[in-house]
Amino acid sequence: MRKYILRRLIISVITIWLIATASFFLVHALPGNPITVNSGKILSEETRERLTTYYGLDKPLWEQYLTYLKNLLHGDFGYSYKYPGQSVNGIIAKTFPISAQLGLQAYLLSIPLGFLFGIIAARKRGKAADYVLVAFSALGVSVPVFILAALLQMVFAVKLKWFPVSLWKSFYHTILPTITLALGSIAGRTRSMRTLMLEIINEDYIKTAKAKGLSNFKIVWSHQIRNAIIPMIPMMGLELVGMLMGSFVVEQIFAIPGIGSYFVTSIQSLDYTMVLGLTVFFGIFVVTANFVVDIIYGLVDPRIRVTK
Amino acid sequence: MEANKKSIITAADFVRIADKEKKKEDIVRPGMSYWANVLRKMVTNKIAVICFIYTMIIIGFAILAPILSPYNYDTTALTEGNLSPNSTHWFGTDTVGRDLWTRVWVGARVSLLIGLFGSIVPEIVGILVGGIAGYFGGWVDMVIMRIIDVGICIPSLVYVTMLMLFMGAGPVTIILALALTGWMGSARSVRGRIMQFKNREFVLASRALGGSPFRLIFKDILPNIMGQIVVGITSGIPQAIFMEAYLSFIGMGVQSPMTSWGQLSQTGVNVFRIYPYQLYIPSIIISLTILVFYIFGNCLRDALDPKLGN
Repeated sequence: MRKYILRRLIISVITIWLIATASFFLVHALPGNPITVNSGKILSEETRERLTTYYGLDKPLWEQYLTYLKNLLHGDFGYSYKYPGQSVNGIIAKTFPISAQLGLQAYLLSIPLGFLFGIIAARKRGKAADYVLVAFSALGVSVPVFILAALLQMVFAVKLKWFPVSLWKSFYHTILPTITLALGSIAGRTRSMRTLMLEIINEDYIKTAKAKGLSNFKIVWSHQIRNAIIPMIPMMGLELVGMLMGSFVVEQIFAIPGIGSYFVTSIQSLDYTMVLGLTVFFGIFVVTANFVVDIIYGLVDPRIRVTK
Repeated sequence: MEANKKSIITAADFVRIADKEKKKEDIVRPGMSYWANVLRKMVTNKIAVICFIYTMIIIGFAILAPILSPYNYDTTALTEGNLSPNSTHWFGTDTVGRDLWTRVWVGARVSLLIGLFGSIVPEIVGILVGGIAGYFGGWVDMVIMRIIDVGICIPSLVYVTMLMLFMGAGPVTIILALALTGWMGSARSVRGRIMQFKNREFVLASRALGGSPFRLIFKDILPNIMGQIVVGITSGIPQAIFMEAYLSFIGMGVQSPMTSWGQLSQTGVNVFRIYPYQLYIPSIIISLTILVFYIFGNCLRDALDPKLGN
């Protein structure tokens, strides 16, 4: 077990180092620096010098690289070239909690609903309820989320006026984006839960349970559902990570000031260092979360540490 | 005794088995190769045929519609902006007066090509790398698998962002990004299958006859895992189309005046509260196409599975 943890740890650290290094050299290879980016403004010689020292551009590249890595180890993700004074950390502190709240709400909504729909579809196989749920999950998997977001906004906010159209002010404002973000995940989970439930029905232990004379409820609850959920656990951790990082699209459409919509804005305004700083943050977050998830599953299921 | 008699076996001693008798041993059903069987299963599957026809129609329109249309996909006509669908502009026009019928089908070319190459290119790279790792084993395998272990941890958005900053946004960038993220998964699974097969008798026989590693991997082993590869490519197509739509939406994909289904939907979202048709048309086509590819992929998976029905 110790060997397994150590190996995962080394892989994670190398991955983070690769992401950081690649992004550092990329920013320096790209044409443009804080001085040329702001070339539209007239800069005095003094301002120019101050900017150069501010970003450390007067030092040799390797020294800049080491400083960058050192800053990263202290949790400092860098600065915007476009808007001097704005740091990636400041933006993360401002926007990430909002994305995290949205993601967490969507996650908490999608888990019970996905399982419930999957169980209903499998129990009512071939009946109307099954067809409705299968159609719902097929649509949920094949409609891109920005279309879904636009449609829900149109129907429930603009036409029916049940919810506010956009912005992020009260819990009431969070309902529609949460539903939008959760729907795709509910659809996916319904689909896999239904398939797993139907596969398990033919297992020998279900026959044994029936032969023992267990009640139908007991068979479904303690044999079928429990065994169907197990293979889905590994995906659930990663899904939480994905949702916490916020859906760029949902935030963009509902004008939510989360990390995703800020990322899109940075791309559109060609703020390279900000884009890469946020990307590095995103990368580190995902890699760390994967590491934690791997360790937990290694602890829970000994087969995983052997096969990996 | 008979044995003492001098007997010569003559032709008359042999009786020709009646043709009838012989026919009993004929093979009634014509032999069917694996692929002929797959084809037969697909042709008899109504859903698969419908999906195939839909795909052909979409491809046909993508090729012909822009040629036959009197409008150009990037010619603007500001006086004819935001027209609803009518007899001259079948899908209406966008904000700067470009004909949406033409744009949707030009976009279809881009989206479908991204779908196709975005799923084939990573698969081919995966087969090459996975094949080499699985066949040679040892340190080659070790190095390749460690690279994959690390590379697969990097979120795909990181690749896309870096590529986009470096090469600029566009279809080629999207395909490259898909290739960069996709090859690792398929290399892993191809490697696993190659390792299963490389010690089988027919591979050993080929090696004893002096077959080169290239021949052993690609001529002897690969045909056996072709089914898995075909499924990989078919299920990759909708994923690639989805990815293109998503990237174009957040501004990292296809840029105007060039267009794609994702780019059209993005423009549609911006104006859809006033001109909803500009979102509805591209979104219905994207969703339907992705759905059809998913269903077709599932049918193909069932048809390729030798355990399922004959």
